[in-house]
Amino acid sequence: MSANSTPLTLAEKVWNSHLVAKGEDGAPDLLYVDLHLVHEVTSPQAFDGLRLAGRKVRRPDLTIATEDHNTPTVDIDKPIADLTSRAQIEALRKNAAEFGIRLHSLGDKNQGIVHVVGPQLGLTMPGITVVCGDSHTSTHGAFGALAMGIGTSEVEHVLATQTLPLKPFKTMAINVEGTLRPGVTSKDIILAVIAKISTGGGQGYVLEYRGSAIRSLSMEARMTICNMSIEAGARAGLVAPDETTFAYLKGRPHAPIGKDWDDAVSYWKTLPTDEGAKFDAEVFLDADTLDPFVTWGTNPGQGVSLLDSVPDPEDILDPNEKAAALRALEYMDLKPGTKMKDIRVDTVFLGSCTNSRIEDLRAAAAIIEGKKKADGIRMMVVPGSQKVRIQAEEEGLDKIFKDFGAEWRFAGCSMCLGMNPDQLAAGERAASTSNRNFEGRQGKGARTHLVSPLVAAATAIRGTLSSPADLEVMV
Amino acid sequence: MEKISTFSGVAVPLKRSNVDTDQIIPASYLKRITKTGFEDALFASWKAEPDFVLNQPVFQNGEVLIAGPDFGTGSSREHAVWALRDWGFKAVFSAKFADIFTGNSGKQGLITGVITEDETKKLWDLIDANPGVSASVDLPNQTLTIGDFSVSFQIDAYTKWRLMEGLDDIALSLRDEGAITSYESSREAWKPLTLPAKGI
Repeated sequence: MSANSTPLTLAEKVWNSHLVAKGEDGAPDLLYVDLHLVHEVTSPQAFDGLRLAGRKVRRPDLTIATEDHNTPTVDIDKPIADLTSRAQIEALRKNAAEFGIRLHSLGDKNQGIVHVVGPQLGLTMPGITVVCGDSHTSTHGAFGALAMGIGTSEVEHVLATQTLPLKPFKTMAINVEGTLRPGVTSKDIILAVIAKISTGGGQGYVLEYRGSAIRSLSMEARMTICNMSIEAGARAGLVAPDETTFAYLKGRPHAPIGKDWDDAVSYWKTLPTDEGAKFDAEVFLDADTLDPFVTWGTNPGQGVSLLDSVPDPEDILDPNEKAAALRALEYMDLKPGTKMKDIRVDTVFLGSCTNSRIEDLRAAAAIIEGKKKADGIRMMVVPGSQKVRIQAEEEGLDKIFKDFGAEWRFAGCSMCLGMNPDQLAAGERAASTSNRNFEGRQGKGARTHLVSPLVAAATAIRGTLSSPADLEVMV
Repeated sequence: MEKISTFSGVAVPLKRSNVDTDQIIPASYLKRITKTGFEDALFASWKAEPDFVLNQPVFQNGEVLIAGPDFGTGSSREHAVWALRDWGFKAVFSAKFADIFTGNSGKQGLITGVITEDETKKLWDLIDANPGVSASVDLPNQTLTIGDFSVSFQIDAYTKWRLMEGLDDIALSLRDEGAITSYESSREAWKPLTLPAKGI
């Protein structure tokens, strides 16, 4: 930053460096898109639109597709049984071939959840713009990229023009200072943030996660936080790039090399928010006192410390929040005052773009190793990508999960949203490391408690919502 | 896209807040590869509840949805907009919309008008007093009227203009094709390219 220029936030710097045309008279700015991720669910109608208008994909070399939402996590060598799922995946294969787009199909070692695949290949980098027809695109913000979920019309727009018309966002600093205690993770940070600002609190904002607690997190832990920015209503969430970011990227298949690497790092070091830059809003969270966080309701903002109890809707002042809480408790079949730790679950799901990376699997495996699964509990482990699965197997994690009695699956979105056969039955209750506890999300009538991988693992041992600390008491 | 100006239609009260897109259209309906025919999927889980508002005959031809705050949160699925549109809705009013939902609606000719929570409740009362009553939407003047009660709604000026003109976003952006090409010519060498594929 030169002495005279206005101090800028990270998000503003990335925005400004992608401006193709400045909007006039209230028109949005036109921004260039560096990386477009595509999957089978939100793309078929976009490709159809291109065909109808006689348009091509402008930059196949900035586009990459993977199959994830519909893919089965067992018997992946057999034809997909669900005919509509199969048709959707076949449509993607046909579209990718016709428009010259790189596709990682089921069975390919690079296949997996789109938000796990991009970073793993080294395609996600600081200072770039990333879009995908999926709201959890915010994940890539962990690198200091401006990453946004878009709808199908916008997917078509990006395919045709490699740009997106966007209105400038407001900026919000989420300051998390202190040191997390053992058993507390980045998932607990983001669940606590959403509980604090609510599911609409981030609306219109790009969030920047800052502070000593964020700086000390690994890249994968940062991805977990940025992933759930959308659950606070934000369009994106970022973390400034630092040595942790550079070390994660270096040597990945698509990371820059040689002079390009040096140029990139020099530039990336200019990206963090300038001293004196103004955020439109600020939120503070104390990492030192944070407990493991879990949800009790049907939106991700309805969360409490695992040490707390199900809240009483009568104590909620806002009439809308109160009505939502009443409805949520009825759906979740929970009574006010019930201790969260007394809630018994049927299924534990370890997976999703929020928590299915190698560190998540390692953390859960370390808890369950040598332990016995609670009677009647089902545990499903779904690695975020085939690469993660292969790495976990090399480290022997699959054996730990299998010995414990968990199901060891192939990669995909799986039970996070149950588009494939991995669903809960009506009335079933799950501790899930995913991102949404909406009514019916994991299966019609299914009940979801969002948890960290550590809580998921401890819960699988005890049968009730638990943290690793509860296991020590058990012995 | 069809140009939109003024219209009237049956007003439907959706007395819930935080209506996420998983409720507007459950994931099981997202496997279709067409862009139309999603009317059966709209609020599919809630339609199983006999007293759900859209199960009442008087509201089945609804065109104007008046919902609680934080409408359209969660997943980016544009199918939520297609399902509302295919059912027959032309406009949704709420005190607060999720950003991606608003963006998707604007692309598909569905008006998302922001009104206050007090106005929402007043409109619900008017509908309760006269179920099946029609609401008039005037996009140029940004008003929503039921009977003698009229409210102003907020909508982004650019989206309003596009809806009134029936303009296609891609064609609008391609007017800047020269600027896009020029931007591309100075794109830094370190930035990602997916092709040729590495790591395979």
